[in-house]
Amino acid sequence: MQIIDAANLDYRAVNEALREAETDYIIKGCCGQRFLAAGMSGKNLIIHGIPGNALGAYLNNATITVNANAQDAVGDTMNEGKILIHGNIGDAAGYAMRGGKIYVQGNAGYRAGIHMKAYKEKIPVMIIGGCAGSFLGEYQAGGVIIVLGLHKDGRRIVGNFPCTGMHGGKMFLRDSCEEIHFPGQVTAKPAAAEELEEIREYLSEYCLDFGYSVDELLSGPFTVVTPDSKNPYQQMYAAN
Amino acid sequence: MKIEGQIRIPSGCAISAAISRDGKKMSGELIAGSMKPMHDRSNGLGGGFAGYGIYPEYKEFYAFHMFFDSRDTRKQCEAFLKERFEIVQSEIIPTRKIPEITDEPIIWRYFAAPLKSVFTSLQLEEKEFVAKTVMKINAEMPGAYVFSSGRNMGAFKAVGFPEDVGVFYKLEEYEGYSWTAHGRYPTNTPGWWGGAHPFTLLDYSVVHNGEISSYDANRRFIEMFGYQCTLQTDTEVIAYIMDYLLRIQGLTLGEAASVIAAPFWSTIAAKTDLEDQKKHTYLRTMFPSLLITGPFSIVLGFEGGLMALNDRLKLRSMVVGEKDDKVFIASEEAAIRTMEPNAENIWSPAGGEPVIVQVKEGAFS
Amino acid sequence: MSIEFIYPEFEVIRNENKCISCRACERQCANDVHSYDEKYNIMRCDESKCVNCQRCVSFCPTKALKIVKSDCTLRENANWSTQTIKEIYRQANSGGVLLSSMGNPTPLPVYWDKILINASQVTNPSIDPLREPMETRVFLGKKPSKVRRTKDGKLDCTLPPQLELSMPVMFSAMSYGSISYNAHKSLALAATELGILYNTGEGGLHEDFYCYGEHTVVQVASGRFGVHADYLEAGAAIEIKIGQGAKPGIGGHLPGAKIAGDISRTRMIPEGSDAISPAPHHDIYSIEDLRQLVFSLKEATEYKKPVIVKVAAVHNIAAIASGIARSGADIIAIDGFRGGTGAAPTRIRDHVGIPIELALAAVDQRLRDEGIRNHVSLVVGGSIRSAADVVKAIALGADACCVATAALLALGCHLCRTCQSGKCNWGIATQRPELVKRLHPEAGSKRLIHLMTAWKHEIKEFMGGMGINSIEALRGNRLMLRGIGLTEKELEILGISHAGE
Repeated sequence: MQIIDAANLDYRAVNEALREAETDYIIKGCCGQRFLAAGMSGKNLIIHGIPGNALGAYLNNATITVNANAQDAVGDTMNEGKILIHGNIGDAAGYAMRGGKIYVQGNAGYRAGIHMKAYKEKIPVMIIGGCAGSFLGEYQAGGVIIVLGLHKDGRRIVGNFPCTGMHGGKMFLRDSCEEIHFPGQVTAKPAAAEELEEIREYLSEYCLDFGYSVDELLSGPFTVVTPDSKNPYQQMYAAN
Repeated sequence: MKIEGQIRIPSGCAISAAISRDGKKMSGELIAGSMKPMHDRSNGLGGGFAGYGIYPEYKEFYAFHMFFDSRDTRKQCEAFLKERFEIVQSEIIPTRKIPEITDEPIIWRYFAAPLKSVFTSLQLEEKEFVAKTVMKINAEMPGAYVFSSGRNMGAFKAVGFPEDVGVFYKLEEYEGYSWTAHGRYPTNTPGWWGGAHPFTLLDYSVVHNGEISSYDANRRFIEMFGYQCTLQTDTEVIAYIMDYLLRIQGLTLGEAASVIAAPFWSTIAAKTDLEDQKKHTYLRTMFPSLLITGPFSIVLGFEGGLMALNDRLKLRSMVVGEKDDKVFIASEEAAIRTMEPNAENIWSPAGGEPVIVQVKEGAFS
Repeated sequence: MSIEFIYPEFEVIRNENKCISCRACERQCANDVHSYDEKYNIMRCDESKCVNCQRCVSFCPTKALKIVKSDCTLRENANWSTQTIKEIYRQANSGGVLLSSMGNPTPLPVYWDKILINASQVTNPSIDPLREPMETRVFLGKKPSKVRRTKDGKLDCTLPPQLELSMPVMFSAMSYGSISYNAHKSLALAATELGILYNTGEGGLHEDFYCYGEHTVVQVASGRFGVHADYLEAGAAIEIKIGQGAKPGIGGHLPGAKIAGDISRTRMIPEGSDAISPAPHHDIYSIEDLRQLVFSLKEATEYKKPVIVKVAAVHNIAAIASGIARSGADIIAIDGFRGGTGAAPTRIRDHVGIPIELALAAVDQRLRDEGIRNHVSLVVGGSIRSAADVVKAIALGADACCVATAALLALGCHLCRTCQSGKCNWGIATQRPELVKRLHPEAGSKRLIHLMTAWKHEIKEFMGGMGINSIEALRGNRLMLRGIGLTEKELEILGISHAGE
């Protein structure tokens, strides 16, 4: 484990040091440096402090652990790897991610998992321990978004307009979702036992990471949301 | 009719220059005489000279040579200058009335030093401050025009044939270690004195022959850096480019020549000296908008030296000759022979190949 | 027939004396316009399906066919044009948003056609481009504002990454999906041979074309299709697509029906799933966020690739461009309102955005006024139709131009403007294998090379006439232009004088 003190370094310097690193790295005193580990692969990185925006953008099979909150655009267009956040996460997390995992212990901001995709063996997974903001899974085209609502404090598990434009993938909300309004082109229904089995593996991993019990998590009521069509806008146009 | 600056007037010309490497003084009469055999290269619509080392008694002060259209304008401009400069001498530039030169404006000169308190409060370096003052007067003060602003040097120009302009300004009374001269052949007749050459800024003066085709590309680029091309002449833009490359960017004369008369890419690619190839590639890539195309031969005067340069296609004539400590440059050999009948090593520099002549170190001490 | 009937726009005229019923037209038409009547041994046609792509006309061995505009007209009305009325019928029939292809065809001013180019006479020599060197090479990229020297006083010759083009033209972004594999391959081959660049568009880069990476701009659009580390590394430059001239402010949408096989693999999305490009990048809601995306791409590629930001020409383009120039972009690409598209809502295409000529003039001047023109290169597109347009654009201040429609025309496109149907008879805007194979990549690239080589000659002729032997001396050289029939205001925006001035 090498340690890099980021206190007086800009993001360019930190990333340069990271690129040269063999494998494992601890970044100390991180405070707002953006783009950490952008496009990198084969690294294992632990961050103390607050990483800046676009943490792990285009990530290509590296592991990042953040022992605090993270800011906006975490895992933007991520391809492979894992980002673990022991705190909350900002807006637009996992934008257009195609593979890999983003596991968050706390809450997520607006537009988490927006335009998340899937492709062949690549199935991205985002698990949010707390609640998610509005526009969760907007344009979701693939992958799995799970929101656990673990420390809701009376708040709704997800804000307004979840799943707008969703046309692929699945979303699991650990809630009965009676108060949540979903758009017309998706179906939201209580998750069947076999559907929950699909996510047991991810939840088990999540529980190992954050110290929860998987059976306890799976015991709660789950709503599963799936799109009705892969082609939601087919009928919208008239050739001219 | 619109005058230069309001419209752009292309022109062809004659140029001539002389310098002593030993820093020995030459009378202005010498350079004025060199223009006579090239009479037909001018058409009587502009002539001028620049002399270096001509004001030894005021060598620490900026010599502002100015045209004014009226006494009021002069008073107004003087008041403006006094807010920014300490003026140690203010006088009319001596001229002689001759029938060949008419309609002269008020021709004045000031020897002045910028007030340190003023330029430091503006966070400007001294020369930058002087240059900005010149730009301001020329762009914003109608009827006032600074046509020379260097130290221990001065430009003298008028509407007329260059040999007459020399007589008009009593050039025989000045002695300089370096001189440039220009006779003008503009394609229009606005008859404005400011449009004559040399064109100067600070210690830099440019005389130029030919009409460049890259003018507006060059002008629109250089104007980004605070220069204002009030005259719309090629010479003006070349002077500003040289000031920018040499003073602001810190290029050497040779490097600056490689920017404005850059070799063709094919020539650069064929270079065997890889360091040189890298340098030229860099300079062309870095300053593409300062490449000057079209015909030109220029002589750049600066403190302690001259640089002559032809366009890269060598579309204009230019000859260089030597005698003892002196070097002569002119559009035609005849001009050189007038100055020094026994000139030696007469040669024509290749296109884009700068001829740089500098006064020997220690010559002035 | 019914109230829903709209009389066909075109008539197929078959010269029965020439027709030999060889059925070539039938084979060539993917729209099923032509059919063979065995009983009478004649060809018949269903004109309602004809899009006037001229494929049958071009392939009729006896030149028996022509397509003409139908003279079945509605009553003339200067306010309600036939087109407007028919569009109303279409919407009343379907409830759909009108969808069109290619660039804005409406008769709004084309400023290129109101600008004239200078030539030298007497005071300055013109140059013979056939015999004297004439340079069209350009380098696109950020130019540092200050010369640096190493400790020993030598020039520090390091520069930010630059793109080298043998001529100031490149092929604009067209995605694999909107156009065919063979069309992409034609562009890649031609760009490589010509020493210029083509652009992947937002559909990813097919694995077969990684080998042309040095001549490829890889695009990152809001949908992020096919964007991953190798893709970013593969190109010579990365383009962030904010908008395009044909549909500023509008996202894209490639129907799931076109997401099959290679397209799905290249975009890295499942087959049959709609490829939706949201209107904005959802990590850019403000100009400082653009800086974030620019630098995340630079970080991911270790600052080796110039980043292009492409925007549509809209009203406030000068200020937008200034913002982009200050956001770390190396190159700004501006797409005018006549820019083409594989599909765009008709109303958006025809009514949103401004002409590229005015946008370019305004942006170039604004960047100069702010002293940051050399911090970025400017590339313009949106209907550059000829070498004359290129020369005018460069003289107005562009570093280079982008062409797409002209390139497609070279590949056989006849501008029938029905790309959205996916039944392009010329094998360009289609994914049907039997149509795609009609465009042979080697033959296509040869035609593109012909076109660009011809333009290059013409550009040199123009330059020579002006006495300019290097394209950089033309760039921003507005004195070389004069307006004809333009108002004071138009001349002011273009920064040129009127002819005769």
